[in-house]
Amino acid sequence: MTLDLARWQFALTSINHFLFVPVTIGLAFLTALLQTAWHRKGQPEYLRLTRFFGTLLVINVAVGVVTGLVQEFEFGMNWSAYSRLVGDIFGAPLAMEGLIAFFLESTFLGLWIFGWDRLSRRVHLLTIWAVAAGTMASAAFIMAANSWMQHPVGYTISKTTGRPQLSDIWAVLTNPVFLWGYLHVLLASLVTAAAVMLAVSAWQLRRRGPDSFGFSLRLSLAVLVPAIILAMFVGSELGVIEARYQPMKIAAAEAQWKTCQPCSFSLFQIGGGNNDHTPTQILEIPHLLSLLATNSWNGKVIGLSPLQAQYQRKYGPGYYVPNVFIQYWAMRAMAYSAGLIVLLGLWGLWLIRRGKIVTSRLFLTAAVWAVILPFVMNTAGWLLTESGRQPWIVQGIQLTRAGVSPSVSFTELVISMVIFGLLYTGLGVVDAVLMLRYSRRELGPGPAQAEDADAPLPSMLY
Amino acid sequence: MTLVEFWFMLIAVVWTGFFVLEGFDFGVGMLHGVLGGDEAGRRAAINTIGPLWDGNEVWLIVAGAAMFAAFPGWYATMFSGLYLALVLLLGALMARGISFEYRGKHDSAAWRRTWDGLMTGGSLVVPLLIGVALGDLLHGLPIDASGEYTGSFWTLLQPYGLFTGITLVAICVTHGATFIALKTEGEIHERALALARRAAPVTGLVVLGFVVWTHAIAGKGFLPNPVEIAAVLAVFAAAWLTREDREGWAFTATTIAMAAATASIFTELYPRVMVSSTNPAFDLTIHNTASGSYALKVMTIVVAIFLPVVLAYTAWTYYVFRRRLTSGEFRPKQTG
Repeated sequence: MTLDLARWQFALTSINHFLFVPVTIGLAFLTALLQTAWHRKGQPEYLRLTRFFGTLLVINVAVGVVTGLVQEFEFGMNWSAYSRLVGDIFGAPLAMEGLIAFFLESTFLGLWIFGWDRLSRRVHLLTIWAVAAGTMASAAFIMAANSWMQHPVGYTISKTTGRPQLSDIWAVLTNPVFLWGYLHVLLASLVTAAAVMLAVSAWQLRRRGPDSFGFSLRLSLAVLVPAIILAMFVGSELGVIEARYQPMKIAAAEAQWKTCQPCSFSLFQIGGGNNDHTPTQILEIPHLLSLLATNSWNGKVIGLSPLQAQYQRKYGPGYYVPNVFIQYWAMRAMAYSAGLIVLLGLWGLWLIRRGKIVTSRLFLTAAVWAVILPFVMNTAGWLLTESGRQPWIVQGIQLTRAGVSPSVSFTELVISMVIFGLLYTGLGVVDAVLMLRYSRRELGPGPAQAEDADAPLPSMLY
Repeated sequence: MTLVEFWFMLIAVVWTGFFVLEGFDFGVGMLHGVLGGDEAGRRAAINTIGPLWDGNEVWLIVAGAAMFAAFPGWYATMFSGLYLALVLLLGALMARGISFEYRGKHDSAAWRRTWDGLMTGGSLVVPLLIGVALGDLLHGLPIDASGEYTGSFWTLLQPYGLFTGITLVAICVTHGATFIALKTEGEIHERALALARRAAPVTGLVVLGFVVWTHAIAGKGFLPNPVEIAAVLAVFAAAWLTREDREGWAFTATTIAMAAATASIFTELYPRVMVSSTNPAFDLTIHNTASGSYALKVMTIVVAIFLPVVLAYTAWTYYVFRRRLTSGEFRPKQTG
């Protein structure tokens, strides 16, 4: 029970955290693009858009930061046996993240928000790029840490303590799961923020007519379409790599109990789940699973049952199959949301080409509602990755049930769960209200309204 | 100095840096209602730390992460042992962090009052709880042979730990008052100085008590160490300097007081990191909790490269925002 609660708590807090993270990473980048456009072209419109989306970024960052604080504490609080075992390796990227990324991001965000009238325009532009770089660097370190849990590399087992010890930092930072996973996360973040910018712009255009948000609408589509298509290619490559190191994860994503060659991919299934080994799979696409898992037309995918037998021989008695229901449907939720985003993006590009984008009410309505898709896609993607690692907390090194804090009682977990539950709900409501309110505002005044276009811009004070 | 000793020192430095920098943010958070007078004054007070507090809070994250990386055994026992205290701490940190960003995002008195309350409460609770936690490390907690905490939530609330928390809160108040005095002009500046004049002598007595108690608990001989003496002298110097209206030097003095008070806990702790009240043989030390030498070497290189960079741009930020604020600039402009 304690184990289940600790797992639920980590899952819920990290899923919640990752609603804000990709928006921050992507929106910092998009805001920097907007400000660069203003810097280059000097159009007052671009400046007003920069400040509009920058405000959304700031509101979002606040929640991302405080929920991230919980994540860092949670390793030690709920997973002390894990922390004790692997801190030598897992702690290093976290410490680097703080020193290299968080300082950069926080300090320069302060400079950006408050520095409009204190810094030259060029230096002020650099501060938002520093923020964007900080957010991307922080994702790199946490992904390096997470990838080590999926595919441990660059370590030796200490003879004196029996614990894994870092022996090659370069191996950790060039872990193929990390390189591809990091790229995948960056692209997904761009997709998420671009979808947010698209939805806000579409709502504004529909409400206020085609004079102000046309540029941000086009910018968001120009980022969204290549990002989502690349994200899908990188994701499929990541799948091949994970199939090599975590075959259970990929076999479970297709509910493939028996070994197959070539293997098809089903669009959906009836029945299935964890006990039904022969679900009725509907609309199978031949060879697709072989392609996704092995990059070859006739590739072989080993089924869950033979893998289970193989793991028992290797690691001793136990059940090593992840939750097949979650794997199967998370895979599809992720892929289908991505597919819908591609369609929406292509539709948008086609409308731009025909010069009708700002007047197509159908597209603008669809674009507003589509904002939900990247969040479904991200959450499903993380479920696929993290639930697919189970029952391991570190693949092949420690089981999740062995990583939980021995000194934390069930009551303490219940109390923390209730407190975090209340805090996150309150935070979520306040954040949602503010995001909606600020998304629906009119654009603020630009410098063109002032008599002197070179006068310092007011900073965004508290 | 070995790598393990270096990392203990570095973690002590990071905690000290956190309290010195975020310490005045806590002070401002606690005092903005008292010193502000009206809404414009409150905004002026909050905006003195507006561009700074977020970066200052990163010192806490880095302190935690550095403990995780360099002394996983310390991080694991401390964070799981202090469980409920940390849940409360996180709640306070969240409420406080959000309140800065959100209080001005909606124009309503009730909305601002709510966030002001959370800001004040959060800024009080965070240093109090961290103080309790640091005090507990030195005072000792029930820890068994395998390094696991065996007490309950109530075991954490020992008199010494609580007094450590109170001491840190008191220094934060004085430190925050001298900071506002330094960063503002006009009425709010006067009020901050007046408050610092009253708070500093009281804080001095508290710090004196804390230093004596800390030294007694650590049991390392009769004579206090230089850091402890510096803490007491600095805080009384601050009391005198505020009377002389020398807020710049007074802020320097409260900075030294804060740094020395934090450092005195770590100097007395060394080479232990968590004292076991069950059996001194079960004490967690820098040696039995440390990471391997390769990991420490890698991180030492990273710190050597990036810490100077961080310090440089942090210093530049303080330089950019060096101008003093007044309540007046936050009053709505008169038309005509």
